[in-house]
Amino acid sequence: MFPLLPGGRAKQSHTLPESRGEHYVNHKAPLKLKKPSAAAFRAHKQPRAREITWCPVSRSLDAPRRTVLGRAVLPNGRELTPRQDDAARAAKREDLGGLLPPRAAVRLLPTHTSSYSPPPASSPAGSYPLLRLPLPGTGPVEFTTGVRDYSVPSHEPQGDLGERPDWYRGPPVAYIQQVLVKAAVSPWDSSLVPVDVFRSPLGRAFSLLEEIRNHVHSDSSGIRSLETLCLQVTDLFPGLRRMQSVLPEHGCLLVSPGNYWQNQRELFDSDPDLLKTIQKHEPKGLHTSATLRDLLFGVPGKYTGVSHYNRKRVVTYTITVVLSSYDARFLGSLRARLKQLHPSANCSLRDDHMVHVHFKEEIGIAELIPLVTTYIILFAYIYFSTRKIDMVKSKWGLALAAVVTVLSSLLMSVGLCTLFGLTPTLNGGEIFPYLVVVIGLENVLVLTKSVVSTPVDLEVKLRIAQGLSNESWSIMKNMATELCIILIGYFTLVPAIQEFCLFAVVGLVSDFFLQMFFFTTVLSIDIRRMELADLNRRLPAEAGLPPPKPGPLRPREVPPPPRPSPHTITLQTPAFRNLRVPKRLRVVYFLARTRLAQRIIMVGTVIWIGILVYTDPAGIRTYLAAQVSEQSPLGDPGGGGLPPHLGVAPVFRGGDPTSTLSIHPPPDPTPLPENQSQGHHGSARAGPLPQAPPAVPQITWGAEDEEGWRRLSFRHWPSLFSYYNITLAKRYISILPVIPVTVHLSPQEAIEARHPQDTRYPPPPIPKVTADLQTDLTLYKVAALGLAAGVLLVLLLFCLYRVLCPRNYGQNGVAHGRRRRGDLPCDDYGYSPPVSEISPLLLRGHSMDIECLASDGMLLASCCLAGQIRVWDAQTGDCLTVIPNHGRCSSSGCWEQRDGWDGVGGAADSDCLGSEGRGSSVSADGLSEEEGGYPLRRRSAPARPTLFTDQPISRRSSPTNFTSQPPRTSPPPPRTGFDFGGLVERAYMEHEPPSTSTYPSPSSASSSPPSGAQLQRTPSMGDAAAYLNQERASAAGTQATPDWESSVWALELRGNLIVAGRSSGKLELWDAVEGSLRCSNEDGLSGITALAFLNNRIVAARLNGSLDFFTVEINKPLCLLQYRGAPGRGSMPPSPCYSSEDVISCQLTRSVQCAHQKPITVLRAAAGRVVTGSQDHTVRIYRLEDSCCLFTLQGHSGGITAIYIDQTMVLASGGQDGAICLWDVLTGSLSHVYGHRGDVTRSVCTTTCVISSGLDDLICVWDRSTGIKLYSIQQEVGCGASLGVISESLLVTGGQGCVSFWDLNYGDLLQTVYLGQSSDGQGVRQLLVLDNAAIVCDFGSELSLVYVPSVLEKLD
Amino acid sequence: MNRSVGFYLDQALKTSGDQAQTCQMPRLEDHCWSCSCASSAETKHSSGANWLASKAEEMMSIITSVLSNAYGSLHDVRTANLIRRGLVLFTVGASLALVLNLLQIQRNVTLFPEEVMTTLFSSAWWIPPCCGTGAAVVGLLYPCLDSHLGEPHKFKREWASVMRCIAVFVGINHASVKLNIDNTVQLSLTLAALSLGLWWTFDRSRSGLGLGITTAFLATVFTQLLVYNGVYQYTSPDFLYVRSWLPCIFFSGGVTVGNIGRQLAMGGVEKPHMD
Repeated sequence: MFPLLPGGRAKQSHTLPESRGEHYVNHKAPLKLKKPSAAAFRAHKQPRAREITWCPVSRSLDAPRRTVLGRAVLPNGRELTPRQDDAARAAKREDLGGLLPPRAAVRLLPTHTSSYSPPPASSPAGSYPLLRLPLPGTGPVEFTTGVRDYSVPSHEPQGDLGERPDWYRGPPVAYIQQVLVKAAVSPWDSSLVPVDVFRSPLGRAFSLLEEIRNHVHSDSSGIRSLETLCLQVTDLFPGLRRMQSVLPEHGCLLVSPGNYWQNQRELFDSDPDLLKTIQKHEPKGLHTSATLRDLLFGVPGKYTGVSHYNRKRVVTYTITVVLSSYDARFLGSLRARLKQLHPSANCSLRDDHMVHVHFKEEIGIAELIPLVTTYIILFAYIYFSTRKIDMVKSKWGLALAAVVTVLSSLLMSVGLCTLFGLTPTLNGGEIFPYLVVVIGLENVLVLTKSVVSTPVDLEVKLRIAQGLSNESWSIMKNMATELCIILIGYFTLVPAIQEFCLFAVVGLVSDFFLQMFFFTTVLSIDIRRMELADLNRRLPAEAGLPPPKPGPLRPREVPPPPRPSPHTITLQTPAFRNLRVPKRLRVVYFLARTRLAQRIIMVGTVIWIGILVYTDPAGIRTYLAAQVSEQSPLGDPGGGGLPPHLGVAPVFRGGDPTSTLSIHPPPDPTPLPENQSQGHHGSARAGPLPQAPPAVPQITWGAEDEEGWRRLSFRHWPSLFSYYNITLAKRYISILPVIPVTVHLSPQEAIEARHPQDTRYPPPPIPKVTADLQTDLTLYKVAALGLAAGVLLVLLLFCLYRVLCPRNYGQNGVAHGRRRRGDLPCDDYGYSPPVSEISPLLLRGHSMDIECLASDGMLLASCCLAGQIRVWDAQTGDCLTVIPNHGRCSSSGCWEQRDGWDGVGGAADSDCLGSEGRGSSVSADGLSEEEGGYPLRRRSAPARPTLFTDQPISRRSSPTNFTSQPPRTSPPPPRTGFDFGGLVERAYMEHEPPSTSTYPSPSSASSSPPSGAQLQRTPSMGDAAAYLNQERASAAGTQATPDWESSVWALELRGNLIVAGRSSGKLELWDAVEGSLRCSNEDGLSGITALAFLNNRIVAARLNGSLDFFTVEINKPLCLLQYRGAPGRGSMPPSPCYSSEDVISCQLTRSVQCAHQKPITVLRAAAGRVVTGSQDHTVRIYRLEDSCCLFTLQGHSGGITAIYIDQTMVLASGGQDGAICLWDVLTGSLSHVYGHRGDVTRSVCTTTCVISSGLDDLICVWDRSTGIKLYSIQQEVGCGASLGVISESLLVTGGQGCVSFWDLNYGDLLQTVYLGQSSDGQGVRQLLVLDNAAIVCDFGSELSLVYVPSVLEKLD
Repeated sequence: MNRSVGFYLDQALKTSGDQAQTCQMPRLEDHCWSCSCASSAETKHSSGANWLASKAEEMMSIITSVLSNAYGSLHDVRTANLIRRGLVLFTVGASLALVLNLLQIQRNVTLFPEEVMTTLFSSAWWIPPCCGTGAAVVGLLYPCLDSHLGEPHKFKREWASVMRCIAVFVGINHASVKLNIDNTVQLSLTLAALSLGLWWTFDRSRSGLGLGITTAFLATVFTQLLVYNGVYQYTSPDFLYVRSWLPCIFFSGGVTVGNIGRQLAMGGVEKPHMD
């Protein structure tokens, strides 16, 4: 429909220097090394017509060699490129020519030129050469037929000619007949100068030309001469003025080296410097792929032998005749005539093949600009689309998945369409961006957004399901709309649009399925990963969430409706530990453990690839066989048992012995020409015999001469024709078999032909470059390229791995699973449960029961009864530091006795609540004892000394019970209530180190020795005792001497500072990492019962009811040097890091002496507030900055036993009266009261509910707004106080040797994790929820670190 | 004819102070979307072309000054924002014009002055600026119109959608170039359907439709004027002496540029990373 098109296309790329193109080809060349030879070989073997690809390899390999040969390469292509205005004018015509038929353009041009307006001044004519560079990849295609039965193919396609390419129709543009002349001066005389090598041989071209021109064939059909058959050219392309003297301008298109001298022998003879004439027309600068020299000589420049350094002394050139019509008889007679004139006896060139070369349409960069633009737009689209992906673990991964989804849907579309018989006619590269855009990434993004905006705490599959259901309608609607639009497009009945629409429809549908089944999977994996990572460093995930959208499937967001009758869930004892795994599971476990299937598949793949490589015809087997046959001493190529077609020829071109020898002439600088006779060439077979002097120029004909044009640039013919404004794009030419001509000249002739100046040339230097080196270089290049590619591939894969996998992906689980295999329930079968199971990590090291726990999310500090403080890494569970208590030995006796107590009831230890509510249970016990409700505990309750109670009965009960339990109270501290100071003093004096070790823990500290009541009574005595301690401490050494004697009652950890409050009233700051004592403060004298460490403030509550505010100061400003980890969520301020160089001092800033009337039982700090609860029924709120008491909250009718405050200033307090009060911190008003039976031991609030545990072993969940009890959970005895909230809906409670996870919304038991096998009698008494979704609980003398790998797996 | 056009332009320049004329003249300029389709090459009229070119340049400078002065009384920030948006739109329009020009040249649909291929950027040098100006004006007009009509554009406000829109626009151009349909009416109808589909997919606002149609109409008329004056020349006017797909291209171009303009007006700081 657009007949002008081809002309226009070809135009742009033909004239300008193609330096870029060649450059490119050079890079590619080594990769294609074997192809042309193999193709040629195949063409040899198979006489049938065959289509092969003509690769410009041999030519492109030449390019580097030219520079090696030492020819001057000048920086600019001035010679060939016309001057500026010339170029502009040439280009003008060229372009107009592009729009008109070529011939017409030529004819029309002169008339037009006159009327041209001068181009605008700003026109930088011809300064956009890049726009017209041809791009590689449009190499010609060839097709070989026999000469004998050749007839011009018809225009109509014939159906049965299966192998005939579809371009092979109609007559070719031209027939190319090359006369390949090899000429040598023989024998070589030492008196000859280098110029003689080529001067007289070139001179022979003129006579040959005459012969060809004048050849006339006459037969019955008439007389034919070259003039009638040849392609008549009318005019050289305008603008090639410089070529005018060289290229024929009128008449036959006949090129030969004689064109340099206008085909006139006289000019040739009078030319003093032939090489200069030849070089004059060469383009300077980078070599173009088809230079004028190549055009005229018809062989690549390095094969011509026209140089001073020709060691073979054979000159090769061609006379190229371009024929417009084919006349077999004329050509036959010409061939016969030339052969007769110049017989080349040893020539075995075959002349029965005719090669048709089809040139594809060439694409310049200008054509690519719109394409590139569409791709840029496409990438911008993808960029802007995928930029919206958020809240996922790996944005890159997900974006990649989205793009892969679209691309593979397109691939599927193409594949399906092809499978069902549709032949794509559209240019795939062109419509591809539009297809991508039409299919689009929207659905994928909408899906991602919807899924990530579901509640984080849901299970992954539920999140996916919710996200899908939220967007189902819009996705369906969008898809239906797009399908409708595309269907409408289908009915435009435009074939191209129809095809496009077909692709788009299939692509859309497959994209839909891929979204559902591929992308969703990727998304869920990503979300899962994100949760794993997030749980490790708990981000404020809930806070970062967009406000949840109201959806039909979101009932979990609203609190469950209050249940009319609170039901009680009893913690059943799971029989999991006794479960025998069935056999099939064992098999599966075995398979999974050994990864048998993967390994088998891997081995199979490797074997398969190996077989492929080995059996590949072009593969290693052939190569090895070739190598072996070459190196075998027998030397016969067929001896290796190879089929002949696998022989050496494809690999080693030019295996012909004669040609091999002639290629490598021995470097003998002194030839012996005497032995050679003129007629020697007649027995050419004998020529290369070893005894023959090797320096004799031998004219040999090898296989490479047969199709010598293959060594030319593939742009050779197009450029030749383009000089005459004939385009070859989308057309073909037929290359006839070459006519070999051998010319031997005697030295005499050579001397006669000399120009006087020729002898002035110096003898040539010895060329250093050998062919061996060249081939070696090629091999090295290939090797280097392969190596580089391999390295690149490895790097790419590495980068991919780094992008897709975080550094420690999957490390935790595997390590833990392996490490604690022995502890897990089903380890009998040799398989550790998969990572997804919650598996506890036991931290061993303490010798006695753990009394204090403190953590800041990163580190974990624990203190055991023996006074040893250990610091653990909360992430990995490694023990970082041990701060031993040197002065003591662990009194195991006491310990065992105490163990025995635990056997009596875990409740005995339930007072160890960490830093809160300690002691409350004890006093509650007193109450319950009064009530007589729990007889079992009657025995154990007194074991924990009652304290802080001014009720006479409990005070009465404690002493009595105390005496009944002598082992425990072997250092019966001031329990008696009389002569307290003296007793303490005596205890300290007498039972020095071991005595204190038996002090109950700091948590029970409040319940242990120096009861507040006594202190109140005899404060002076208590002070005296503490003073004594101080004296001892100062006597022991410097101020910073650790106080080994008193026990640690309270422990806090922030940053890398451990604050320990001791029973002696001493406050110590330890470096958690180095284990060194940083400073201590002994201002207070009564024991520190509770500590709070917030920012740089330390608040210490003392036994005597006073509250001390300390300020930690370091020399530098309080180290905001560095923050470790993510800032914790909730009440966790960023924990500063104290570097070890800093001198840390701890100063008492304020001491509130009578903070409470009675001993402080609970101390909590958050959000800049310090809340204390006391036995005097009041809760006080202090401001942290100025220690100012803000409120005194009165509402309880009993001592305060539990306080909860978090960053959002939710304050809940529980007391001995069983009431839980919810306070408004801003106003100090009481907002709600809930009831409990028995003392409240712990209270925790979430946004929707209040969870409390009491001495009645019930965990009650209350609705926070209405105060209605939702449900309660019956706990095991004695574990009531250990509970924690991991997330909004996940509750963890401690039990006998296990921790249980509950769904807060429904009260379902999700999972019970056993801490160890020997869990009998060991109850979890303290439970600390870390920020990284781990919980730490004490487990006898061990700590148990339980990762909750994914909250979302809770239903599994 | 040249004179009349010049007179018209002069008139427009004189009255460019007031708002309505400012709008009208830009629309005139917008006709230079025709560069993607119209072209020329009567060398005899090259002087006319030069004259028109200089006029266009002059006009362009005046327009920019007018644009910058029109809202000069308002906040400086807003002016700066406006100028920035205008610049971005100008760039986008100019580059799109270049690219689409190349597309058309490949198809040999238009006969350019003979040195087009070599001196693509010089022969029709005034085309990209004109297209850019037109794009700037239309792109600025869309949000302006939105705010005046009180119908804020709420549909698909994101860059990805805008990119999609641009891609579809280029695709329509591509189709108009690459499709070989003997029946020009069918081609025109197909392209019209495509353009309407573009509007429906990415715009769906009445103002967008109206402005697009106006743009298409005025641009076509202007191109026809140029053709009658011999500045441009069609190789083969196929349908009522117009390249029948011209209005569709103008329409979709207007909608596309309007989309970009709206997004720029909304996002402000973000630049489209397209060319």
